[in-house]
Amino acid sequence: MSRSSTGPTRSPVASLVVIALVVAGSAAAFAYTAGWLSPERLTPTRLVSALAPAGGPALGHRRNHAKGICFTGEFQSNGNGVTLSRAQVFTAGTWPVLGRFNLATANPNAADATVRVRGMGLQIATPDGDVWRSAMIDAPVFAVSTPQAFFDLLQSAPKGAEAMKAFIGRHPEFMAFAGWAGTAPWTSSYAEDSFNGLNSFLFTDAAGTPRAVRWSLRPAATPVPIAPDELAKRGPNYLEQEIASRVAAAPQRWTMVLTVAEPGDVTADPSKAWPAGRRTVEVGTLVVNKVIGEPDGPCRDINFDPTVLPRGMSVSDDPFPAARSSAYARSYDLRTSEAKDYPRTAAAGSAKP
Amino acid sequence: MSRTMTHTRFSGAQRLLHWTMAAGIVAMLFIGVGMLSTVAPSYVPLVATHKTLGVALFALVLVRLVLRLVLGAPPLPASLPPLMRLGAVLSHWGLYGLMIALPLLGWAMLSTADYPVVLFGNFRLPPILPQSDSLHTLLWAAHRWLAFAFFALILLHVAAALFHALIRRDGVFEAMAPLPLHGTERKE
Repeated sequence: MSRSSTGPTRSPVASLVVIALVVAGSAAAFAYTAGWLSPERLTPTRLVSALAPAGGPALGHRRNHAKGICFTGEFQSNGNGVTLSRAQVFTAGTWPVLGRFNLATANPNAADATVRVRGMGLQIATPDGDVWRSAMIDAPVFAVSTPQAFFDLLQSAPKGAEAMKAFIGRHPEFMAFAGWAGTAPWTSSYAEDSFNGLNSFLFTDAAGTPRAVRWSLRPAATPVPIAPDELAKRGPNYLEQEIASRVAAAPQRWTMVLTVAEPGDVTADPSKAWPAGRRTVEVGTLVVNKVIGEPDGPCRDINFDPTVLPRGMSVSDDPFPAARSSAYARSYDLRTSEAKDYPRTAAAGSAKP
Repeated sequence: MSRTMTHTRFSGAQRLLHWTMAAGIVAMLFIGVGMLSTVAPSYVPLVATHKTLGVALFALVLVRLVLRLVLGAPPLPASLPPLMRLGAVLSHWGLYGLMIALPLLGWAMLSTADYPVVLFGNFRLPPILPQSDSLHTLLWAAHRWLAFAFFALILLHVAAALFHALIRRDGVFEAMAPLPLHGTERKE
């Protein structure tokens, strides 16, 4: 060692100062890394807290998409997807599915007609041990370009029209989503809704070629438009009752469609649809053949984390899957710690199949 | 020269493991608090690194524990006051305990949340517990608070090592130093 200061002449006080500095510096670096010195950092805790309504979150429930109902079924893969991804799920075959129809609200008791955005959580498991989880919504584009902008939206929306006007000034991309929300017809059934992944993921084929892909589920049932106030008249939980009786009568189907980006398409921004005419591949059919109330259903304990992907799929430069994974984990940790507040018995649930 | 020449060093394998794991564990603790503080794209690789490194460190600590039990450790200097001797023994077994417990708690915590445990290279580990809200809550809290305790114990360990190196100069630091330092090492 070249340092002469370690020689026997150094005073103990100087040595103690060195030790104190090393310990304090390490502790400070740790605190900085943890975000304790950076209150402005967008943490999963802040993002999830911003989802809570004025009266506080619904304890024991998902912090968003809180109202939902479980389903099981299968994914009938036709084998076409193997041209894009080496994931076993795309080889021809039938794989077990677990999912959840839901409404994009933090209130598990929200009336159906008060919630514009509907969603589907989906898990497909394959015999090789891989699991693919996805959480999709019925909007064709996401509301904003970045997680920070989503946080801004959550903070602006409750403050009224002026705040929203200012928000749109900061995030003009919101208008595409707002246009859909304002004009797209409502349906009276989850079975008539499309569900879109919106985020871009990298699919890797057997040769190792990566391609940016988005996916959608297109319903086999024909959408029948309904005005929101007509839907409201059918009752606050009509959608869950309807899908339960509809699936009990006959399995419901969606076609899974992959859309492949071309060079130059923006993959990092789910608020921007790719141009029409992109290559699409129909890779199989989602068949929902059983609906089960959430309180004792198999989807209740599942975090539909969009970064849970099979081999042959990975995240792209789209910033949302990471942000969602981080926030969903926070939501999961919170709701599992509040399990006593969740109406676990089916009888206490708002809807039963 | 007050340093005792009877104080030998840990074996080369033990020193290599100590410093390799030290770097890995410090990285783990910083990655752990860092990934939980962000929604940035780095979250995904940080979590994957945390899981992968955690499993690697768990494998290494088992090797290290065997080496420790087989090869032992150099005796502490006879001049060490009893209270410091007790502190040394307790903190070292505390460090071993945490090195073993934290990866297991992390693995169990992911299992009870029904998260697939996927490491880099798409290597998959099976769950070691079934999904359970109450166990997940317990394990998550234990993983978090024991990690903070681990970091505190490491700071104490570093402070004690520097205390031995700079103030007591009793050969304790040199016993684990990666390279022989200023003449305490006997000639090869």
